[in-house]
Amino acid sequence: MEVMLVLKAVAALGGLGLVFGSLLEVTSRKFAVEVDPRVSLLLAVLPGANCGACGLPGCEAAAEAIASGKIPIDSCVAGGQETLEAVARVMGVEVTTLIEPFRAFIRCGGGRGKVSLRFLYDGVADCVIAEKTTHGDLACSYGCLGLGSCVKSCPFDALSIGENHLPVVNWAKCTGCGICVSICPRKIISLVPEKAQIGVACNSKDKGPVVRKICQVGCIACNACVKVCESGAITLVDNLAIIDYKKCTFCGKCIEKCPTKCIVLL
Amino acid sequence: MSELLRLFLIFLTAALVQNILLIRFIGLCPFFGVSSKVETSIGMGIAVTFVMTMASSACWLIWNYLLNPLGIGEFLYIVSFILVIASLVQFEEIVIKKISPPLYRAMGIYLPLITTNCAVLAAATEGVKPGFLKLNVAFHYSFIEAIIFSIGVALGFTLVIIIFSTIRERIELAPVPSIFKGIPITFITAALMSLAFMAFYGLFGL
Repeated sequence: MEVMLVLKAVAALGGLGLVFGSLLEVTSRKFAVEVDPRVSLLLAVLPGANCGACGLPGCEAAAEAIASGKIPIDSCVAGGQETLEAVARVMGVEVTTLIEPFRAFIRCGGGRGKVSLRFLYDGVADCVIAEKTTHGDLACSYGCLGLGSCVKSCPFDALSIGENHLPVVNWAKCTGCGICVSICPRKIISLVPEKAQIGVACNSKDKGPVVRKICQVGCIACNACVKVCESGAITLVDNLAIIDYKKCTFCGKCIEKCPTKCIVLL
Repeated sequence: MSELLRLFLIFLTAALVQNILLIRFIGLCPFFGVSSKVETSIGMGIAVTFVMTMASSACWLIWNYLLNPLGIGEFLYIVSFILVIASLVQFEEIVIKKISPPLYRAMGIYLPLITTNCAVLAAATEGVKPGFLKLNVAFHYSFIEAIIFSIGVALGFTLVIIIFSTIRERIELAPVPSIFKGIPITFITAALMSLAFMAFYGLFGL
């Protein structure tokens, strides 16, 4: 009896599957749409992470747009030079430009461990929500909340929460797509050239004494790095040292000079 | 009750009194996901209407002529109905891609979403087992009644998602407190709409 039931079930479901499968097969042949063969080739060489850094929803849309010439062949930010060359091979054109690869850099060295807290935040563990509802529990209104919205957003799995609840960028995995930059509610993450070796790990636009009071590793706008820099690459903007990577020679003198050690080796 | 009146009541009950989105809270993902613009919600409504009607009639036939006579319906209906719905969505996608590329691009992502849309499965299941959600299987729909029922459910879905998207378009411009911006105010709006639809409860005696 039970065996019959099983056989019946198998026959019924198998029959249904067969009928619908063949129906789909017939319609897909009858209603076949001609597609550009390059689209599938392009789709194979694109990273496939659907990060959206090119401005289109996903790699499939990007492949179609590249094949039809709507966007230039170097549109894939995440893929870098390698992908550009592969795309150019598919499209049959010469590569003339060189893409300078970028990497994400966390401009905060303090975080939960080194900055005092205003109160105990017990809400949803998400930076965007924490910032929207309570403006964060950190005393520093520019510092990293460390709840990992960027980690969750990274399509390439390059970010992780490390020491002091600060996110750590895995430079080997990071492609510079910029998704985390747009996710971070405090705009702490910035894209720096891959060759950069020095960065200012602070985002605070507060005045020096204010920073000193709440954080031991913040930029206090003391001007020491600006003076010591021989190539004039560092400027103070809104009480914060900014490095111009076009001028920086990565000599490292500012790292030694910085009293709060907020200029770091990457 | 005359036959025509009965069909009319089945239709109204499915569309308004037992509205699938606002009264029974089934199929909420497209309700919140696709309703930010009127055009996309109209597209989604058309797609759901088509799939729901086709799927319900196919499921009714399969239930009444295959599963039930064999005595295997009770444990196999969800699997086979999902099979039917998935195939139909695939079918619809292929056909629309060929016949109307603009419509395909407009609905693009939402079509595959219907495959796993619980509203479609609920409508198909209720077409063959009326009232199974309320745990009383007292009556039985004929084929025509099942089709009218599923059209009612689908049109109720379309009506509500279009009304909702027009409200959402206006809320975009309204000075909503920053904490409520986005999804929270959308949920509150949906709750108020649901409250309004409760008023249909006392209208018809089916």
